[in-house]
Amino acid sequence: MSSEQKDYKWVGTRQIRPDGHDKVTGRAKFGSDFSLSGMIHGRVLRSPHAHAIIQSIDTSKAEALPGVKAVITSKDLKDQPSELKPAGEGMVNYRDMTRNVMAREKVLYDGHAVAAVAATTVEIAEAALELIDVKYEVLPHVVDVDAAMKDDAPILDDTMVPIGYETKGPTNIAKHVEFSLGDTGKGFEEADVVIERSYKTEAVHQGYIEPHAVVASVSEDGQAQIWCCTQGQFMVRTFVGQLLGMPTSSIRVTPSEIGGGFGGKTVVYLEPLATLLSSKVGKPVKMIMTREEVFRASGPTSGGSMDFKIGATKAGKITAVEATVRLLAGAFPGAPVAPACMCAVAPYDIANVHVQGFDVVVNRPKVAAYRAPGAPISAFGAESIVDELAKELGMDPLKIRKLNAAKKGTKAAYGPTFRDIGYEETVDRAMDHDHYKAPLGPNQGRGVASGFWFNIGGESSATVNINEDGTAVVISGNPDIGGSRASLAMMAAEELGIEYSDVRPIIGDTAAIGYNFLTGGSRVTFATGLAVVEAAKDAVRQLCERAAKIWEVDAEGVVWDNGHAKPASTNVGDFEPLSLAALAAQAPKTGGPICGHNAQNVQGAGPGFATHICDVEVDPETGGVTILRYTAVQDVGRAIHPSYVEGQIQGGAVQGIGWALNEEYIYNSKGTLDNPGFLDYRIPVASDLPMIEAVMVECPNDRHPYGVRGVGEVPIVPPMAAVANAIESATGVRMEALPMSPPRLLAALDSSNIKQAAE
Amino acid sequence: MAKHHISATLNGEPVEFLCSTRQTLLDVLRDELNLTGSKEGCASGDCGACSVMVDDRLVCSCLVLGAECDNKKIDSIEGMADGEKLHPLQTKFLEEAALQCGICTPGVLVAAKALLERNNNPTETEVRYWLAGNLCRCTGYDKIIRAVMSTAADMRENAK
Repeated sequence: MSSEQKDYKWVGTRQIRPDGHDKVTGRAKFGSDFSLSGMIHGRVLRSPHAHAIIQSIDTSKAEALPGVKAVITSKDLKDQPSELKPAGEGMVNYRDMTRNVMAREKVLYDGHAVAAVAATTVEIAEAALELIDVKYEVLPHVVDVDAAMKDDAPILDDTMVPIGYETKGPTNIAKHVEFSLGDTGKGFEEADVVIERSYKTEAVHQGYIEPHAVVASVSEDGQAQIWCCTQGQFMVRTFVGQLLGMPTSSIRVTPSEIGGGFGGKTVVYLEPLATLLSSKVGKPVKMIMTREEVFRASGPTSGGSMDFKIGATKAGKITAVEATVRLLAGAFPGAPVAPACMCAVAPYDIANVHVQGFDVVVNRPKVAAYRAPGAPISAFGAESIVDELAKELGMDPLKIRKLNAAKKGTKAAYGPTFRDIGYEETVDRAMDHDHYKAPLGPNQGRGVASGFWFNIGGESSATVNINEDGTAVVISGNPDIGGSRASLAMMAAEELGIEYSDVRPIIGDTAAIGYNFLTGGSRVTFATGLAVVEAAKDAVRQLCERAAKIWEVDAEGVVWDNGHAKPASTNVGDFEPLSLAALAAQAPKTGGPICGHNAQNVQGAGPGFATHICDVEVDPETGGVTILRYTAVQDVGRAIHPSYVEGQIQGGAVQGIGWALNEEYIYNSKGTLDNPGFLDYRIPVASDLPMIEAVMVECPNDRHPYGVRGVGEVPIVPPMAAVANAIESATGVRMEALPMSPPRLLAALDSSNIKQAAE
Repeated sequence: MAKHHISATLNGEPVEFLCSTRQTLLDVLRDELNLTGSKEGCASGDCGACSVMVDDRLVCSCLVLGAECDNKKIDSIEGMADGEKLHPLQTKFLEEAALQCGICTPGVLVAAKALLERNNNPTETEVRYWLAGNLCRCTGYDKIIRAVMSTAADMRENAK
């Protein structure tokens, strides 16, 4: 599959990241590390109820506390019209957004913001929260997706008009989507085997180690500066401007280093509140969430319930799939139900598919994106039932995947026809891997699963400035979440023909670079990388023009080769090549500064596919699962910096393992969150895991100059089913609900033993 | 209430600070001494992002009060490099890409250094259990564990 391997000097090598030294010495400034003189501190009062009418809020005692400078509630935010407006790759409803940032008529989840205070110290701000008197009328609540869809469920918003769904009365169903290909009725008639199963997953949090943090400073003339940890400084500017009624030109957002996001920092929580408080007080306001607030009020991603039906011939050809996916959205519409439906069976070439999904509001925090939003949930169902199908047919689970693999030219059920894709190669590589042939011991089992994610392009702007001494600065506009600055600098060095260490990549604030869509969708190295390559080419074009000027020849007569301008042929003349440094030194005399630029809405993202192999050992006494070995094969297009590509694959796989085995939001009967901390919300720790072997398949994306596909998201798609399939292989017990934590697995093992004893 | 006047040694230098009774060592480092390399991820001792050494013991600085630190020796990430010379663990973490976002990195490095000072030949399992108190959400730990093992191997080689 791999195309011609060109000789690159930097692309494909493992360079030291440009922000590395600051990050191993503690010098790097993350969200909460930023401070300004005269700064005061803000804290948020949050709802203790899952669902309640706000009858009144009395802030007078809080305002009277010495040291308190301002108290805000939803009265201080203008209401927004209920309409879907384009924002980046999706649509947002600012009516919902302003209500999520600060509750208005009702509180809709435990942790929902009700008021905010700015005071001279954090302690005073916290004391002031205690003095705010909120009268609530507590309402019945619903936190389960299936319960929320029932006719007698407590209704969160009786004014909500569902999209694509007919209803007589108020409903919690915000949206219904459908994707169809062929005729599933006919497909099931052709099937020799038909299997139907239902699956359930729990809501999980992105779990970034850095809590949300912001410093906002609004001056008397209305100019606002915001420093925050975010996946998109332009997103923050847009949303704060809209929610506070400020023109875009009055807001400058500088992203700090970001301590993890995984999709969870693609929205605003504190930023509009800190900006509003600062504008009221005339001082910079700093706000940091506690870990408990992060769990109660930010993220998570949806939990869901699903029904799958699959049909296949005796030979293993899948003839039809039907699926229904119901995802909880949290308090406002917006579960990733469309991508969940679209990705479910995308690795396969199936003639007849019908997938439908429901976006359902419940009394939980509004979901935010989490790494391939929606896809891991539906893939847990799809990849579990494919495994069951293989077992039913007595086929090897990788062979059935290869037999049905989507290839170049396959029409996906969600619409497009695939170009060059590397899915089948990921299956082949998994099949040939030592891991797949290694022997297993007692209580051990092996599972495989595949996954798909679209990856995206989007709006990117980049500038490549040639410095006087022949070095270069690359300015881009995407917060670097896992090494993207290194990749951008490597591609720029490749284009310019200079040393990697002579390229300094920086991330501009919203006033320093043109608009960039946020860091998400696995897009930065692909889309912003493309803009950087084009900006570098623009700089090279200017460098060639300068050489032409010096040589007094036409610019077409000059070519760029390995960091030097050279005559295109002997016909042009006999000139000594001019280095980039020599041209940079003469720039003042040949036309002034040399600045390459590019801005575009990048199209042509290459979809990502992965196939994972997982070995587990199950302790029959405790239900505990040990991951013995894990191999993740992925089509990465081309790895610009292989170490950071491997890192994405390893990190995504481990997040998926956490989702599979431990992580869940646990709500009590009052609808409040019982585990808002890392002790009880257990993300994987080092001692839970083996090494994660990342195997990179390189099937280049023909619409990127270096063949880049996004790589960050697809590795979280296969793990849940891979682990479930491995547990089934070890124990014979099929887990149809996540997480497969020790008590749940033990209960399943016990009931299976009782069943066997009775038979 | 009057603040406590504390004298301590921080990264080899004498230091004095005033702190309130409720301020943690992490608060003191970040808010009083302007050393923001130690991070607050949870404030409950679960994530290890604030790991520092107090009298050569590895602790979560969010679980130690500033007022407890009188006459103590405190070592934080800011003191790990020797001037311009990075500690071998810092160099190895850069070479082997053992960090992605970098928020957990200071705590992981402080904890790993404490391990290697006690045991310069740890098994993979020993490294994994020693670092089990340092949460990393980005890397899946693979490259972190490898970097620590590889640094240990280098240190053993250099000690020969």
